Amino acid sequence: MSTDAITFPGAQIDDKPWVDRLHGWLTTVDHKRLGILYILFALFFLVVAGLEAIIIRIQLMYPHNNFVSPQVFNRMFTMHGTTMIFFVAMPILFGFANYLVPLMIGARDMAFPRLNAFSFWLTALGGLLLYFSFLGGSGLYGAGNAPDVGWWAYAPLTARSFSPGHSSDYWTLALLVSGFGSIGTAINIIATILCMRCPGMKLGRMPLLAWLNLVMSGMVLIAVTPLSAAQIMLLIDRYLGGHFFDAQAGGSAVLWMHFFWIFGHPEVYILIIPCFAFMSEIIPVFSRKPIFGYPVMVGATVCIGFVSMSVWAHHMFTIGMNSYANSFFTITTMAVGVPTGIKIFNWLGTMWGGRIHFKTPMLFSIGFLFQFLIAGLTGIMMAAAPFDWQLSNSYFVVAHFHYVIVGGILFALFAAFYYWYPKMTGRMLSERLGKCHFWLFVIGFHLTFDLMHIPGLLGMPRRIYTYEPGRGWDTLNFLVSIGAFIQAIAILVFVANLIISYFKGAEAGNDPWDAWTLEWSVSSPPPAYNFAVIPTVESRRPLWDRKHPEDPDSRYE
Amino acid sequence: MSAVAIPHPPGTWVLPSRGKVAMAGLITAESAIFTIFVVAYLFYLGKSISGPTPREVLETPIVYTICLLSSSLTIHLAAKSLARDRIGAFLGLWLLTIALGGLFLYGTAQEWHRLIYEHGLTISTNLFGTTYYSLVGLHAFHVTVGLIMLLIVALFALGGRVGMKQSGRIEVLSMYWHFVDAVWVVVFTVVYVLGR
Amino acid sequence: MKSARFFNIRKVALLGFLWVACVAGAEPANALSSPTNIFAPVSTPAKSIAHLSYFVLAITGIIFAVVFTLLVYSLAKFRWRPLDAGREPAQVYGSTQIELAWTIIPILIVVVLYLATARVIHAVQDAPQPANALEVTVIGHQFWWEYRYPKLGIVTANELHIPVSDPAHPTPTFLSLLSADTDHSFWVPELAGKTDLVPNHPNRMWVDPHRTGIFLGQCAQYCGIQHAKMLIRVSVDSPEEFAAWVRSQQQPAVQDKSTETGRRIFESNACINCHAVAGTPANGRFGPDLTHLMSRATIASGAAKNTTENLRLWIQKPDAIKPGSLMPAMQLSDADLDAVVRYMQTLH
Repeated sequence: MSTDAITFPGAQIDDKPWVDRLHGWLTTVDHKRLGILYILFALFFLVVAGLEAIIIRIQLMYPHNNFVSPQVFNRMFTMHGTTMIFFVAMPILFGFANYLVPLMIGARDMAFPRLNAFSFWLTALGGLLLYFSFLGGSGLYGAGNAPDVGWWAYAPLTARSFSPGHSSDYWTLALLVSGFGSIGTAINIIATILCMRCPGMKLGRMPLLAWLNLVMSGMVLIAVTPLSAAQIMLLIDRYLGGHFFDAQAGGSAVLWMHFFWIFGHPEVYILIIPCFAFMSEIIPVFSRKPIFGYPVMVGATVCIGFVSMSVWAHHMFTIGMNSYANSFFTITTMAVGVPTGIKIFNWLGTMWGGRIHFKTPMLFSIGFLFQFLIAGLTGIMMAAAPFDWQLSNSYFVVAHFHYVIVGGILFALFAAFYYWYPKMTGRMLSERLGKCHFWLFVIGFHLTFDLMHIPGLLGMPRRIYTYEPGRGWDTLNFLVSIGAFIQAIAILVFVANLIISYFKGAEAGNDPWDAWTLEWSVSSPPPAYNFAVIPTVESRRPLWDRKHPEDPDSRYE
Repeated sequence: MSAVAIPHPPGTWVLPSRGKVAMAGLITAESAIFTIFVVAYLFYLGKSISGPTPREVLETPIVYTICLLSSSLTIHLAAKSLARDRIGAFLGLWLLTIALGGLFLYGTAQEWHRLIYEHGLTISTNLFGTTYYSLVGLHAFHVTVGLIMLLIVALFALGGRVGMKQSGRIEVLSMYWHFVDAVWVVVFTVVYVLGR
Repeated sequence: MKSARFFNIRKVALLGFLWVACVAGAEPANALSSPTNIFAPVSTPAKSIAHLSYFVLAITGIIFAVVFTLLVYSLAKFRWRPLDAGREPAQVYGSTQIELAWTIIPILIVVVLYLATARVIHAVQDAPQPANALEVTVIGHQFWWEYRYPKLGIVTANELHIPVSDPAHPTPTFLSLLSADTDHSFWVPELAGKTDLVPNHPNRMWVDPHRTGIFLGQCAQYCGIQHAKMLIRVSVDSPEEFAAWVRSQQQPAVQDKSTETGRRIFESNACINCHAVAGTPANGRFGPDLTHLMSRATIASGAAKNTTENLRLWIQKPDAIKPGSLMPAMQLSDADLDAVVRYMQTLH
């Protein structure tokens, strides 16, 4: 059924004064608008944290460089990591989930629209708090500024004696507040998926994006809360004289590490699983085949969700756990690679025998497959604890996780942008600019992060504001920085594409990609109520069934 | 495109209640927070360098525990009464729940007063002090929040605004209250049984 | 459209060539001359790790080659062509046998990798300490290393001397790792993997270098402002050299009458709150022990060479060498400063 005749995408917005429109956005509880707010918020912080990275890379272009002082450098890497994880990656993925999940399951909104808005504004407050530290961190003692304790904020560096002033407190409070926002959104996503699916959409017929966001949200509930607990403990130490991490009173720095990584490791799976979801929606459409092994993909993700809760201490191989503990975390870390690899194989299986269209979303998806494969393999290398005794805390690890986060997560996000931007705005992004963005970014990415592995193998630790010449790191660091500049240019191309296409892009229509899930059955952008009539579905690809009534999926599932 | 406009006959497509799923999610998240505090408590048992130890100063709060646990029974009965439209019974049982919860908090306050003024145990005294007050305090905080919610409902009920139609929401709130009680069972076992 | 595919392949080939050229240009020369190369191990723990890593690299390399080939092949073979217009390919939903195959094979690979790894974990971590092992206690400070040889009565800082170990008759060195403040990590790549120094959590590691020489490393756990300059310098000595070094370190400080002035200034200022000079009233432990300062090639934990100029600058304005380090600027007059430096330079 066409809802074109009923909706007038421009009519309800154009004739209101800008103040009213702004008010509408600020007070919205519509999942689509909140999704876009999350995404815009994240894009802003992507640029900010990217500038922090550029500052880091300029300082590291030459040994004994003087571009920034050690104090500033330490704040830069702390803020870069904290911002990217909590105010770029989490919000942008929640933004896409917010936008897409109700549409894909045939619902009109999320289960709790006001909680949705509240969670977004909590996250926004968190971002504000973290960056207010640049101004407010000085406190009464004149000590401190933006936090400079690394994004893990290891004890006892965060104790009052080693971090006077309030910079660590801004880190703690900002993440505590946005953590509660994340929990609110996770609860909302779970309730939406379990309680608001349209008739006929049994759990086994949900799009994989819904499944994977369900798993991710469940993980958020039990992974983000340990960090909140640890942060409350840190505040008790710093302000109420507690001794949780106070070595002099018998407290344990290792306990903070355990609590942090019990959060920290599942957190990275929380970040990658929605990206797996994007791949599982995009690759089938551009290969013109259904996802290969839907039940296995669901099972593998659930498996990853569980196993990933048991691997955290592979971040602690060097802290002096006994050999049995190290062996345990070695095997669990290697084990989690199995379901992850299965997913890669299933995407390959989807492409195999298909008819692949090399449009921009697919280009980024292919980049994802190649890079995530490599990232997973360097992860397996570090799962071998003795190898990790050399590689841990070196630039090899930095290269590995940027390979996952930039080469994996960011590439999947770019694919998602190019794929769903038409749905959100009604306009196609420019293919030409898209390909320019893609190739520039691939060149910059590989120049930076391929080479970055090598200084790690040659003994360069991370989090150092400068390094000694004569260790073989100089040229490599220089080239790594050049790659960062190239990536920055590519991001500018991307932002330009987003803006220009909004005004000049080709009209998208309902279904520019000839896709199969419910969001493509409504107009672009969708009306506020999503569906005039809540659909009933009989298979995993309701639009395939409509377009191929002689050969519907429901016959084969 | 032809519409798949044949709706499911009403009553055949039944999904769980949003409120209950959301509360289950919240309970899951809160359980994780409490687990971390319990782990810290257990990890630091016997590791205080100086100051009072659990054995020296703790007294098992049997009476107040009974109060809190019976409040689970009363709130359960209150919810059932409301579902059967017995508003009077509901209100009575609801107020009894609040009273029992309030007694529990009073008992906690009393114990803390004794520990601070008679034994000199504060959150900054030693590892035991830190972990004890954090864990019991976190629980007491959750009891307090619960009591505030119960009081709000009591106010609405006294104003005649709570009836059978609000039964679902009352059930969701009582899920939270049962959770708070369950946490106390764990805290009680860890602090007053295992920890001594 | 066919030119687009050809164009794409040319682009990929060009990129690949450029990338290889970059890596080739940047890597081999550097790698061969780097003093901190994990693939140039000189001691048993580092060697066990290197051998394990070759095995792991081989297996992951094979996995990469196989999957990469499948990826490139499928992109080439199954790309859309104009003659496919209007038709969809066969809609395949999955295959249980294939899923089983690519589940079981990875599980087997994991088992093999795990067994190989567990062996090395136990071999390195659970190695028993032989009776003739040298014991060194390493205490990490913000931003310097304290080394104590408890059985030899030696306390020194920042430059570690250990004896070479003949593989036929090993004389390993066992290090106890403690911290006086925050977390640190002892990493000398050519000697061993890194082990952290965590307050309240003593750790243990061992090395048995098979040749003499100077081996470099640095702190590998972010510990504050000057984490980057907490450098490590290990001198692996022949048995004779080591014995000579031990003997000289065991002596109390040299008493040179000509630097009496400097010594008095040193001992009447705040210097002795942090520093110790054996055989004198100076017994501070917050900063490095200075008894044999001139036996070290560097100062400030490797941040500067041990020259007159640098010593002078370090005492007068440490922030010029290591901004944020915990050494305060001593506010001495020029004359006093010169005297103190002359005194320091007698501490061989």
